[in-house]
Amino acid sequence: MSNKYALKPDELKKEFEQKKPRLLKGEFGGKDWWDLPVEFRDGNWCFPAKPEVLDELHFANPRKWAATDKDWQLPAGWEKTIRDGMKDRLKRFRSFKVFMDSCVRCGACADKCHFFLGTGDPKNMPVLRAELVRSVYRNDFTGLAKILKDFSGSRTLTQDVIKEWHMYFHQCTECRRCSVFCPMGIDTAEITMMVRELLNLIGVNNNWILAPVANCNRTGNHLGIEPHTFEQNIMSLVDDIEDVTGVKVNPTFNRKGAEILFITPSGDVFADPGVYTMMGYLLLFHHIGLDYTISTYASEGGNFGMFTSNEMMKKINAKMYHEAKRLGVKWILGGECGHMWRVVHQYMNTMNGPADFLKEPVSPITGTKFTNAKTTKMVHIAEFTADLIKHGKLKLDPTRNDHLRTTFHDSCNVARGMGMFEEPRYVLNKVCNVFHEMPENTIKEQTFCCGSGSGLNAEEFMDTRMRGGFPRASAVAHVREKHKVDSLVTICAIDRASLPALMRYWNPGVTVYGLHELVGNALIMQGEKKRTEDLRENPMAGFGEGDDDE
Amino acid sequence: MKKVLKPLIAVIVLALIPWAGITYGKLDYVFAIVIPYAAAAILVLGMFFRLIDWIRRPVPFNIPTTCGQEQSLDWVKTNPLECPSNPFMAAVRVLSEVFLFRSLFRNTKAELHGGPKLVYGSHKWLWLGGLAFHWSMLVIVIRHARFFLETLPMPIGLLETFDSFLDVTVPAFYLTDALALAAITFLVLRRLSDEKMRLLSLSTDYFPLFLFGAIAVIGISMRYVTKVNVMPVKALAMTLAHFGFDAPEPIGVLFYVHLFLVCVLLAYIPFSKLVHMGGIFLSPTRNLPNNSRARRHVNPWNPDIKFRTYAEYEDEFREKMKKAGLPVEKQ
Ligand code: SF4
Ligand code: SF4
Repeated sequence: MSNKYALKPDELKKEFEQKKPRLLKGEFGGKDWWDLPVEFRDGNWCFPAKPEVLDELHFANPRKWAATDKDWQLPAGWEKTIRDGMKDRLKRFRSFKVFMDSCVRCGACADKCHFFLGTGDPKNMPVLRAELVRSVYRNDFTGLAKILKDFSGSRTLTQDVIKEWHMYFHQCTECRRCSVFCPMGIDTAEITMMVRELLNLIGVNNNWILAPVANCNRTGNHLGIEPHTFEQNIMSLVDDIEDVTGVKVNPTFNRKGAEILFITPSGDVFADPGVYTMMGYLLLFHHIGLDYTISTYASEGGNFGMFTSNEMMKKINAKMYHEAKRLGVKWILGGECGHMWRVVHQYMNTMNGPADFLKEPVSPITGTKFTNAKTTKMVHIAEFTADLIKHGKLKLDPTRNDHLRTTFHDSCNVARGMGMFEEPRYVLNKVCNVFHEMPENTIKEQTFCCGSGSGLNAEEFMDTRMRGGFPRASAVAHVREKHKVDSLVTICAIDRASLPALMRYWNPGVTVYGLHELVGNALIMQGEKKRTEDLRENPMAGFGEGDDDE
Repeated sequence: MKKVLKPLIAVIVLALIPWAGITYGKLDYVFAIVIPYAAAAILVLGMFFRLIDWIRRPVPFNIPTTCGQEQSLDWVKTNPLECPSNPFMAAVRVLSEVFLFRSLFRNTKAELHGGPKLVYGSHKWLWLGGLAFHWSMLVIVIRHARFFLETLPMPIGLLETFDSFLDVTVPAFYLTDALALAAITFLVLRRLSDEKMRLLSLSTDYFPLFLFGAIAVIGISMRYVTKVNVMPVKALAMTLAHFGFDAPEPIGVLFYVHLFLVCVLLAYIPFSKLVHMGGIFLSPTRNLPNNSRARRHVNPWNPDIKFRTYAEYEDEFREKMKKAGLPVEKQ
């Protein structure tokens, strides 16, 4: 694989070999962290948002610029904008204030961040990442520390500080792994969210985040797919399903009066390998005869607003309830996605609820009441499917996935922002025969980010992505060596987009799958033809022409 | 190194203040009565205002860090401590953090090996050191109650007996004294020996450790080495406990250094990272139950946002939608 924004795998491997076992890179010789320079170079920064995109979103300071520029053309009075913005957020978010005040710099979080482990850059230690802001906070918002400036490590807000913020708060994927280990419960992801809001106020941003935001706003999905194309795409998947299985599924679109509205990240509709997961959903719904519809208007589960500002997150999320109400459905079923589920789980009902026009979710097939989704009225497809399997409602043949040796990647948002670990594992174990867990310190609540979450999946960011994804790749390599695992299963659309690149880089030969793609493979559909290929049209082990007569 | 030396010098200078004040200025009254009251007032009021200041700020979203399986389907085993689904369990979670440093217990150490490969090892030293430090400090503080109380309540007496069960010296040697000193030493050395820690530590991280260290060393030396006369100390403590203003009888200058440093510490708490003793209770990632889909969490400042409605969307795409056979509201 070649990418001009990343080293060749061998070169990076060599670099890692050289610095082992030291995690930090560079010699600091007694220097303080604030004396270490910020260095933008190919592969470690994302392109800023284009002026048109900012105009469309009514965002500040549209202009042409690059992170490598000396002068970033910050708007007049930007210091005040930042200070006022900080003051305002300190007032509105207890989290921000408490996290600014109570870090003890114990360093428990230091070697927990995948970006630190992969880059060795000290400012990628979560505690220092937060200190980048805290040092300014101490200077501008606390009395004593200002007097004892040197003593307390406070510093003045300058353009260099902004550059540093831009670099390191776009080298945090808001994955919350640090938060798990912090004795104070400090969540650097929360601080990152605040700082990204602040940076947006002065036009320091990331095109890979804001372009999808603008698209979502206009067309409903982050790829900017217009309704007719959206429908066509799914219909072409319907044809593919028929080719492989001989079964014709019939999804409906924008249909009023359906029982359930199904929303999934648009990556599942458009991007490989997400589309195979989509085929899995469609097969599943057909299999159980679900009365559901898909909306072209609320056609995006993922919410890039979350990486922008709290207001933007709300604005984009509002479409889900709005559409559910218009269509008159009973409740909403959500597809496999990471940050979509963090938003749905922790924010949606607060921002855009109460959703009184919906009913408390009940599975129409098993009658199970999803009491854990009582007021949000939105159920995760892994919960839904696990319940179906538990009640024996699915006809499954797990041997159809015998050509895969799987492991499971917990996506960080679902893991640490929702607490769902067992349901996807239960489903996975029922639809395939070979499953091996990665090492304990790299799964469940300690799972590692793919290195490209929170809007950092950009091509031009490849170097940092491959470094940030290294801890995940290293854990996969472990099960690959030990158990010959060749399939990485996940329940997140960003993972499906980013992990293939990561695997090609570190672990060639490992393929990325969505959970429901495997469900789709295993489902014995009524009226199906003899299945010899999986949804990717790869031969299934033991089902070929030759192995006909069992 | 400046980061380490400065706080060290600061503590030494602070220790010299009462020494000079008592020896040359005869300021016994100031150091015995005025400063302790002032320090106590700063601590109480300072902490009070800090807490009020935090509590006043809203928690707009329900954002617990979920470190275990959430409550979902009946048959899925949940982890109520790491992923509490009700306020009671959330409280238990916070208390387990306060008393047992639960999150630190999880601590691991990552190492880069050949391959390249990352390896993780259990690393409980920080947990152990932190726990030893905080608990022995607590016991020591409680033990000091004997100075402030007419009669010693039973539990405190019991605590002392346990603490001194080794009984090797006269007066009986307290285990926690040694433990506290060892823990402080460990915490300082830890910051100095690890490159990562050196880089992320500030003067304000060393200062309290040195301060604690100085207080402990002087306290111990008064008890076992220089043997301060306890009677006037007790009398002063009783005066302070009863909010009296009587001048103390003469006490050794070492005692005043000890007392003054304690006062500095008390007054320092509300303005420094030592406020974490309050912050830990208010961390929204730990003190909220993970039930945001089951119960609505209210944001007091939830902004009114104009979003793009379906009608606006249809207006833009109506013709294309009709052509694709998608249902539309308006023809
Ligand atoms: S673990 Fe928490 S308290 Fe310790 S340094 Fe990191 S953020 Fe600060
Ligand atoms: S949230 Fe994740 S990416 Fe951000 S600092 Fe913490 S561990 Fe690193």
